[in-house]
Amino acid sequence: MCGLLPRVLQLRSSFKMATALRFPANVSTFNNYNDLHPDWTQREVSTGTTIMAVEFDGGVVIGADSRTTTGAYIANRVTDKLTPIHERIFCCRSGSAADTQAIADAVTYQLGFHSIELDEAPLVQTAASLFRDMCYRYREELMAGIIVAGWDRRRGGQVYTVPVGGMMTRQPVSVGGSGSSYIYGYVDSNYRTGMSKEECLKFTAEALTLAMERDGSSGGVVRLAVISEQGVERQAILGNQLPKFSTV
Amino acid sequence: MALSCVLEPALSGFNFDNSTRNIVLENGSEEGKIKAPKPMKTGTTIAGLVYKDGVVLGADTRATSDEVVADKKCAKIHYIAPNIYCCGAGTAADTEKTTDMLSSNLTIFSMNSGRNPRVIMAVNILQDMLFRYRGMIGAHLILGGVDCTGSHLYTVGPYGSMDKVPYLGMGSGKLPAMGILEDRFKANMDLEEAKALVSDAIHAGIMSDLGSGNNIDLCVITKEGWTISDLTESPL
Repeated sequence: MCGLLPRVLQLRSSFKMATALRFPANVSTFNNYNDLHPDWTQREVSTGTTIMAVEFDGGVVIGADSRTTTGAYIANRVTDKLTPIHERIFCCRSGSAADTQAIADAVTYQLGFHSIELDEAPLVQTAASLFRDMCYRYREELMAGIIVAGWDRRRGGQVYTVPVGGMMTRQPVSVGGSGSSYIYGYVDSNYRTGMSKEECLKFTAEALTLAMERDGSSGGVVRLAVISEQGVERQAILGNQLPKFSTV
Repeated sequence: MALSCVLEPALSGFNFDNSTRNIVLENGSEEGKIKAPKPMKTGTTIAGLVYKDGVVLGADTRATSDEVVADKKCAKIHYIAPNIYCCGAGTAADTEKTTDMLSSNLTIFSMNSGRNPRVIMAVNILQDMLFRYRGMIGAHLILGGVDCTGSHLYTVGPYGSMDKVPYLGMGSGKLPAMGILEDRFKANMDLEEAKALVSDAIHAGIMSDLGSGNNIDLCVITKEGWTISDLTESPL
């Protein structure tokens, strides 16, 4: 597959260099190729993220951190990973920035067209299926982990997760991205059914903060959004206002 | 009627016919190994920021080919539309051609629709094209412009990712440039402050990065129009 070919070639030639070169003791190693061209200039932009979504009675709460990295460099420290797909349907993006932006744009178009044809607001399940179709069909080429969340009249607030590979499943609470590994325990022990909107907001903010503390690829501000019948309310919790935990 | 010589029109997209030949050449026997020619990279510092009345873009003017300076007065701020300019870092040929194609597309659009192009439209066209080529086009671009919706600054990466930002530095000298920008940027600066900040950011890149140097180009875009100025100080 064409996109992978150049990287495979690079790996093979560098392996050959490592075995063949022998530096005499008096040759300086100061002007290496690698010094002039640091690693992050060649890496793809990745969202290396923590994203989360929780259902409550009447809507959903979604949240994400705001860091985009290129290798070890933070390309954008105020990214918005909560992307609107339709009036009351959002997606949380994790994985490759380019891939997820392209997929979100394509699904926004498809869902908009579908909604106009139907002359009705689209269902969250439809949006999630569109994401799943694209992520599964092009699974070899794409690196995208997406959480689709929103409100519709038929089933209220719903959260669907479409991880890398293109599976789709509905979950009452879902976490994703590189930082999610650090908060599965917290989420499993603290989630209860029947939480109110404010409790869900607090739960999401705390979980994201904990993940941002431990994951190098997550950080910045916590972006939150509440989607319900009334519409969408967005907020951002800045670095110094994040909930504090014990500093061990 | 049969023609004695027939020119086959080029198929669209990339042609990978020579890739097997290249692999054989590069991995040949120890004496017969041939290194592929490296494309010229601009080894650059570029920066942009949004100020009270518009956008200021800045760039250095050095183009390098490995360790040699290939061009001392290379223009890295490219014209896209009368109200949109683009700074390019990465492979020189890719940024040149990409911005040329974008500019042509937007001119045709302007003529067809009778509208001035918007910055977000330029961004969308770039994203589509760079994503389609899956990172093979090494263009790291900062797009800035003023349109009927306001002043905007966007960055587009070679894989097709896009970010909307109030200020940004790109290129091999982006770390020192970002240091200066992070320290002194404020929202709604006035023109003199904004120009001083961008030129200081590029200056920091020139001082701290081997691949950037020579002069500083500045481009100021406002609702009324644009001005390109050359800072004739030559730091190195």
